[in-house]
Amino acid sequence: MRNHFAETLYAKGVEDPRIHVVVADISPAGSMGKFREEFPERFINTGVAEQAMIGICAGLALKGMRPFAYTIATFSLYRPFEMVRDDLCYQNLPVTVVGIGGGVIYSTLGGTHYAQEDVAIAASIPNMTVIAPSDPLETVAATEYCAAESQGPVYLRLGKAGEPVLTEGAVDPWRFGKLRRIQTGDDVLILSYGVTMRHASQVAQRLRDSGRSVSLVAASTLKPFDKEGAAALIKAHKHVIVIEEMVPRGGLASEIKQLAWDIGATARIDTHTLKDEFVHCYGSHDDILAEHGISVEKIVAQAAA
Amino acid sequence: MTATARPLLLNDFDAAASRKRCMGFRRRILDVSQTVTALHIAPAFSCMEIADTVYNGLMRRKDDGSSDDVFLMSKGHGCMAQYAILEYLGVLANGELDRYCTAHGELGAHPDYGVPGIEASTGSLGHGLAMAVGMAIAERNKKSGATVYAILSDGEIQEGSTWEAIMMASSLGLTNLVMLVDNNNFQSLGQTHLTHPSFYPLDDKFRAFQWECETVNGHDAAAMFQAVTSREGKGPFALVCKTTKGKGVSYMEGVPIWHYRSPNPEEYKTALDELTEISG
Repeated sequence: MRNHFAETLYAKGVEDPRIHVVVADISPAGSMGKFREEFPERFINTGVAEQAMIGICAGLALKGMRPFAYTIATFSLYRPFEMVRDDLCYQNLPVTVVGIGGGVIYSTLGGTHYAQEDVAIAASIPNMTVIAPSDPLETVAATEYCAAESQGPVYLRLGKAGEPVLTEGAVDPWRFGKLRRIQTGDDVLILSYGVTMRHASQVAQRLRDSGRSVSLVAASTLKPFDKEGAAALIKAHKHVIVIEEMVPRGGLASEIKQLAWDIGATARIDTHTLKDEFVHCYGSHDDILAEHGISVEKIVAQAAA
Repeated sequence: MTATARPLLLNDFDAAASRKRCMGFRRRILDVSQTVTALHIAPAFSCMEIADTVYNGLMRRKDDGSSDDVFLMSKGHGCMAQYAILEYLGVLANGELDRYCTAHGELGAHPDYGVPGIEASTGSLGHGLAMAVGMAIAERNKKSGATVYAILSDGEIQEGSTWEAIMMASSLGLTNLVMLVDNNNFQSLGQTHLTHPSFYPLDDKFRAFQWECETVNGHDAAAMFQAVTSREGKGPFALVCKTTKGKGVSYMEGVPIWHYRSPNPEEYKTALDELTEISG
């Protein structure tokens, strides 16, 4: 995702001199390095100074630019939170705050580097849009949206590198603010976003193998949330499974449950989120997710129960 | 994104006229104080001459009165000084200031982006300078020639975020950024030189971060104008303006309660009687 983001941003930066990149001492890998070399006046490194990163983005946007703040999710959103809220959201400025490694993806770095509450925190601020692309192709589309179309602040939650392509040949195209059907069925509805779309995709395959008819849907725009689309999908299925790499409150799982209540849905709803806990263990990304109770095996087993 | 059509020349700056204006602005703020129970009167009087020097001296104006230069009130609680000047300049609609902090007005106790003449929403301290740095980068990249002027309180220089911006401004060589520090040596819990003995001197700290810096009397408009216009301009410029909180009204000067309280009718009358032109 990171590389597709950087390539897209570079391409947009070539076309549009309003694009500025403000980073806080993160290595400018891939095309980000190219942006830095070709447009040094539009590439600003604040060093380990994230409050300045956001404030500078605000100042740039107040004077007509379209800046991207770019660093690891905990440092782009948590450390400078009040700047994100006051400078970007209160003033409703077209600044994209990129959070690399949202969730628990920095699995060996420990809790200080887990952005396990990021979607809830970002989405709670008025004017903030939250997008978490589900694969490299969605990352391209979302980055293009942020570079050219967004009207206010966006929190763009990305993974790291090496995520598989999962949305090629999807039923729907990526559209900002809309749920996206990747595959359609009429029994089980699986909803996810971000890096755990990979798990969702595997669960979908396993359930299909066991004879169930499955819809797989990417909810990459978390805010504004496509309530109308979600209501129609919930009504059209008997069993809803939400897989989310985020704490239980304030994300997709709670949104779907609230919506189901509001529309009087009768479908069974299983939600799989991170626990409301800090875990103290290390290993692969899947190891940390498993520690939080998220694994393909477990989700499939619960679905069959 | 284009450079201005013609070079902008510095206005002639008449210090006597500035003194007269500032007395009028203080009167206007005292008038408004009688319509509300509280407003930041002393912080506004503290930076009155600084704000006037920027708006009516340093900012270069085109024939229609507009300016590409930017005024950013980082110490948002000083905005009564800004409002009074914006009213004088005709940027704020007539009567708007009379609706200060009322449900049918648009002016609050802190500047709000979207209100005419307000370049950024401030109020939470330590945000303004980084935004000013971003603005200065944007103006430099646009080649507009515009200069960004930011007024900071000395208290908000205690914010770590301010120092991040100080480091960035000089590292980026922003010659189009001028920071004016309203150095009144007061904050909520007392005089800063007593509460934080290591806080001063400020100028050495700014110079250590490669800023050009001068210290002047912050109620002497001519001295401030002179210091800013004669800066070397190899990097960002900091003007430490020595001021008195509540300047102009004897019972307010250096008395913490006037950070926020409005005078009662009797105090108001006393204040009006006392006001004179301040010459530093």
